[in-house]
Amino acid sequence: MSIALSDVENIAHLARLHLSDQEKEEAAKSMSNILNLIDQMQSVNTDEVQPLAHAFDAVQRLRVDEVTESNHRDELQTLAPESEEGLFLVPKVIE
Amino acid sequence: MTELGLAQISRALANGEFSSLELTQEYLRQIASENGDLNAFITVCEEQAMAQARAADEARSKGEAGPFSGIPIAHKDLFCTKGVRTSCASKMLDNFISPYDATVVENFNRAGAVVLGKTNMDEFAMGSSNETSFYGPVKNPWNRSLVPGGSSGGSAAAVAARLCAGATATDTGGSIRQPASFTGITGLKPTYGRVSRWGMVAFASSLDQAGTMTQSAEDAAMMLNVMAGSDPRDSTCSEAPTEDYTASLDKPLNGLKIGLPVQHFSEGLNSDVEKVIRDAVAEFEKLGATVKEVSLDNSHLSVSAYYVIAPAEASANLSRYDGVRYGYRCENPSDLEDMYKRSRSEGFGAEVKRRIMVGTYALSAGYYDAYYIKAQKIRRLIKNDFQRAFEDVDVIMGPTSPHTAFPIGSKNDDPVTMYLEDIYTIAVNLAGLPGMSIPVGLVKNLPIGLQIVGRDFAEAQLLNVAHQFQLATDWHKRAPGK
Repeated sequence: MSIALSDVENIAHLARLHLSDQEKEEAAKSMSNILNLIDQMQSVNTDEVQPLAHAFDAVQRLRVDEVTESNHRDELQTLAPESEEGLFLVPKVIE
Repeated sequence: MTELGLAQISRALANGEFSSLELTQEYLRQIASENGDLNAFITVCEEQAMAQARAADEARSKGEAGPFSGIPIAHKDLFCTKGVRTSCASKMLDNFISPYDATVVENFNRAGAVVLGKTNMDEFAMGSSNETSFYGPVKNPWNRSLVPGGSSGGSAAAVAARLCAGATATDTGGSIRQPASFTGITGLKPTYGRVSRWGMVAFASSLDQAGTMTQSAEDAAMMLNVMAGSDPRDSTCSEAPTEDYTASLDKPLNGLKIGLPVQHFSEGLNSDVEKVIRDAVAEFEKLGATVKEVSLDNSHLSVSAYYVIAPAEASANLSRYDGVRYGYRCENPSDLEDMYKRSRSEGFGAEVKRRIMVGTYALSAGYYDAYYIKAQKIRRLIKNDFQRAFEDVDVIMGPTSPHTAFPIGSKNDDPVTMYLEDIYTIAVNLAGLPGMSIPVGLVKNLPIGLQIVGRDFAEAQLLNVAHQFQLATDWHKRAPGK
């Protein structure tokens, strides 16, 4: 199964990735190869099979709604590329 | 002393044969001498390691040392280590100094271990050869033109080259077992949920599992004792009780039933490798085990299902890398969208971007049922195959890898040829089962690993089976150049 360049562009946008024209060509080719691999799954009928999301069919554990964490904002914000007064700075969003 | 295994070191330290500081300094010397070529370590923690070694020696002098006190290990560079760079071998996190320790790291620190450094890996754990690292490929200590395997190539090479007594690693589709096979060491991937993933940077959350790289099963059992256990901070971490994984190593293997999957001994398996594997199985028969053929009917679909599920989960997990709060941000972004797109495209390598794209596609509208749900159904079939097999046998054995280590750069043309490297290991992750690779021979002077798979939470049995083989043979004692 091969994938069109327009699909590649659409997916790249969803994934917030920027690809050059050459990278788009390469992506189309390698993704097509991978899709051929994946299409082998269609060879078996799974109509009556339940999907398996977790190896032991576990469900999300819950805990009591009590505060157990403390605020580490200042310490964690030292890792930010740009921050000021407790806010993370990014290029202007609102015109 | 750096030739010694972990268990031997523990005994030697207890007997006062040498101090942890002397041992640590010797490892650091070896690393300084070898790492420039092997590239097994991304970060070496000299000062911290010596401080930990001194603290362990002091605890010992006060009678407060435990079995793991003062033992020098390394952590794969996707375990968060407080105050130390945690890069996941990516430009995206090259500047990331972790503000906290992963549970696994905390456990080893509490046990008194010495952390020599952070080992190299495929970027974000995506790869089977340790060639996608931002910091360059790792070389196989057995032959430096060959890959050590991946993604935990650095941990494997470090243990094989005796640059540490043991190393932590992770396995999502084979990333512990395959490099262990290529470098002639013992690799253990525990049952999914046996070890906490808190602080372990996520690739595919339903598949990732922390494990060990060591010279032997006895050493792996010692490391698992430190790593295993419940953790309220990781809701996927099992609350099943742990045990002393060294306690049943000496059980004899009489009556053990071994299954060989017919699908793992068919075309694609190198005939020299097959002979070594069958010789190893014969060794188990001498130890009292019986062998029968089993069938894992949907084995041929495991790679396909994995390359939907793992990239899909990765695309979600890696969406957090956006240049806002930490990690790489591109220069002079023109607007927010440009910042996201260029930070991610400049920060991630090619294989990571490829998998994010595949995952995004598999989850996108119109394809979700055909790809993601279909893959989850295949996953159920694969799990059922193992359950059926384990009604007849106790452990399943076969080759870890279809061949020995391949040359660096030889599988770069089509990503699918690299994906097929994990053809025997991937199903084990899909089913959440524990798996090991132990060295069982050489083909043209390159190591070959036997994969041993067990039932859920049967790590103690796997380690016992491997240990008995290692008492009767000496493949695990072979080291490169010796």
